Amino acid sequence: MLSQYLLSGITTGAIYALVALGFAIIYNASHVINFAQGEFVMIGGMATATFFEAGLPLPLAVPLAIGTATLVGVLLEKLAVEPAREASVVTLIIITIGASILLRGLATLVWDKKIHRVPAFSGEEPLVIGSGAGSATLLPQVLWVLGVSAVAVALLTWFFRRTLTGKAIIAVSHNRLAARLMGISVRRVLAVSFALSAALGALAGALIAPIAFTSWDVGVMLGLKGFAAAILGGMGSSAGAVVGGLALGLIEALGAGYLSSAYKDVFAFLIIIAALVFLPNGLLGRRAAERV
Amino acid sequence: MLLRAESVGKRFGGVAALEAVSLELEAGAVHAVIGPNGAGKTTLLNVLSGIYKPDSGFISFQDENLTGRAPHQFAQAGIGRTFQNLQVFFNMTVLENVMTGRWLHERCGLAMALLRFPALARAERACREAAAALLEMVGLARWAGSRADSIPYGALKRLEIARALAAEPRLLLLDEPAAGLNPTETREIDELIRRIAARGITVVLVEHNMKLVMGVAQHVVVLDYGRKLAEGEPAEVSRDPRVIEAYLGAEACSR
Amino acid sequence: MAAAPPSGFRKPPKPLLALAALIAALPLALTNNYTYEIAILVGLNAIVCVGLNLLIGFAGQISLGHAGFFGLGAYGSAILAARYGWPALLSLPVAVAAVGLLAWAIGRPILRLTGHALAMATLGLGIIVSIVLATEDRITGGPDGMAVPAFFVQGEKAWYWIVGATLLVAVWLAQNLIDSPRGRALRALHGSEVAAGALGIDAAAHKLSAFVISALFAATAGALSAHYSGFITPAKASFLHSVELVTMVVFGGMASTFGAVVGAAVLTTLPQFLTVFKEYEMVLLGAVMMLTMIFMPRGLVPTLERALAAARRIGR
Repeated sequence: MLSQYLLSGITTGAIYALVALGFAIIYNASHVINFAQGEFVMIGGMATATFFEAGLPLPLAVPLAIGTATLVGVLLEKLAVEPAREASVVTLIIITIGASILLRGLATLVWDKKIHRVPAFSGEEPLVIGSGAGSATLLPQVLWVLGVSAVAVALLTWFFRRTLTGKAIIAVSHNRLAARLMGISVRRVLAVSFALSAALGALAGALIAPIAFTSWDVGVMLGLKGFAAAILGGMGSSAGAVVGGLALGLIEALGAGYLSSAYKDVFAFLIIIAALVFLPNGLLGRRAAERV
Repeated sequence: MLLRAESVGKRFGGVAALEAVSLELEAGAVHAVIGPNGAGKTTLLNVLSGIYKPDSGFISFQDENLTGRAPHQFAQAGIGRTFQNLQVFFNMTVLENVMTGRWLHERCGLAMALLRFPALARAERACREAAAALLEMVGLARWAGSRADSIPYGALKRLEIARALAAEPRLLLLDEPAAGLNPTETREIDELIRRIAARGITVVLVEHNMKLVMGVAQHVVVLDYGRKLAEGEPAEVSRDPRVIEAYLGAEACSR
Repeated sequence: MAAAPPSGFRKPPKPLLALAALIAALPLALTNNYTYEIAILVGLNAIVCVGLNLLIGFAGQISLGHAGFFGLGAYGSAILAARYGWPALLSLPVAVAAVGLLAWAIGRPILRLTGHALAMATLGLGIIVSIVLATEDRITGGPDGMAVPAFFVQGEKAWYWIVGATLLVAVWLAQNLIDSPRGRALRALHGSEVAAGALGIDAAAHKLSAFVISALFAATAGALSAHYSGFITPAKASFLHSVELVTMVVFGGMASTFGAVVGAAVLTTLPQFLTVFKEYEMVLLGAVMMLTMIFMPRGLVPTLERALAAARRIGR
């Protein structure tokens, strides 16, 4: 049983990690917590379902869905975040929460309130690994989730370390003014960050849709969990987002398995709160020293 | 001896901001802490006001061991301070800033506040008058009703001093009160420090402006790389070859 | 600058009396039970917002889980009254006091956090409360909620006066706190926590008292709401409700008690108009939240105050 829980934990953990990365990237570039992040996940899943139902094959539907979400992300940044960049933390939180409500409302208009199915990427037959007591069954989709997430994280790491745009984003996250003085366009960095985060969220949404179905409000809990994972790992740390996401997934799965499935979320949030009380900067967060 | 710091050490990661710093501050004098940038002067003030807990050593104020206590407890003991990076309450008026400084002398319980006991009105009036008097003393009386974020930089530095004085501290730590001020404003600060000292308040001054320091201080402590390099009267210190080498340079030699 | 009142940046003229007059006169405009219901709803939200404003606007903290206190106050009083037969006059204060105690216990470790960590912690706590309320169905009736025994008075009109009076008391208490030295201490914490500490202000103690007071206000409103509706569901403790409450406070104007009341009034009545647009309700609500925060980041009342002050200056 343990292996089953661990597997399911890592699977959801990978999804949380992708969503958390989205939070981290936007936070790093703009110090904004984008509470609409979960809606990108929703768009990823719902758009994939729609494109597929319209007749497009999955290999086309998924990238199109991700592209749609990316567009929405850039629009969000241009129309809602940029005009309000001088506002206080609380105000910005309200703006992004308003955006998430708006997007959910649009989702019910563009689509509907029903649950949609997306077929698995490569088949529905469960695979069995191991044997006897240590065996676990897994859907092939799980392999897709884990594999694609790992590739995405690797690509992101390469992007931030090796490309000019990636380094520009990191520069802005450390010191916006200095980055500007170096000739970096902060506006472009912000747009790219939102686009990237939206793409990550949508990717997560498309990956998980065959397993967990998709509907207009899947984004709410996923967004909150992604936020929790990002904070747990250390807000602003990309590695922290991944670690936080995987940790949260595992905590939830173990909690659901060994304690009670009804209280798995309670268990997860309690652990996060306890972790924050003892490690206010998260697992991997830097201790920020305030100069007085 | 008003304050004794014994072998105080403070590290940040791998950097020793303060290492085995000991000093004794006599009551009623103006003391100065000088040293090159990064010498640990502000760290020392932060330790002396409880913002940082020292990793080693202890601090005793009026024979009371304050080491490890919270900043508000240092304030309660009678230590006040101003800040290098202004920490003015920009969400209040100038007068309200100073009135807030009276907090330790107007104990106001929760019930008293919520239910608006009649005694409160009298206490508030007294508070307002005391604050206004302090603003008069530092020369900010005409800005009493202005929002703190609307007055000039030099005025803000004096506001911090007035606010700190409102708490009636026995020891006042001033962190670069003349930083960013022109010669006229600096002279006003010099005068203000003398008036504060005349009231019997012990002052510790962290400053880069050597003219100000040498003119107003009776006891100078020199820090370099977190360690105490020298101490003594201003004239002695400015002649000490180690100090000259580390910091003061040719300009002060010509005094 | 001309002689501005020395003890305050803005001093509204006797606003408490104005509010009392408004509450007294409003029934003249309320034509039927539905309008009374809305007025009562506004009042209940306003009570929560006035308390929440102390925490967010004055003390500069954040809570994304305050609906949890609302829900706990509601269920606490409901359970004591429905399952243990307590009279509402007893169950209400006891439930509220219990929530206050809980807030005190949780507040101590939680308020050591700041910024996003605090947002996360309060968010998590709020969600925990709503999940527990929905899951422990033997005590709480589960996701479908439970019935609540009525008060000793019934009817829209009676409840209007009860809620109105409670709101006046809440505003009075909040304003007293703000005008007092403790109010300055709170604002000092918001302005610069380190400078406040250097003046002897115990940050942790003051944040905690703001937290507990705001929890008490929320619990009171929750309990009243439960007895008024005769019914209570876990949705009242949801994250969405917490967000609505914070939005009301920010929209009305932080660090303004009357801003909080105005915010509650506008954002409670607005959705009532929007139900006409049934399908577009969410879109419009989200759009309103975004637009008002983008164009009036300080909130409605401070923006209006500044506009008025500017107009007066131009008019001279």
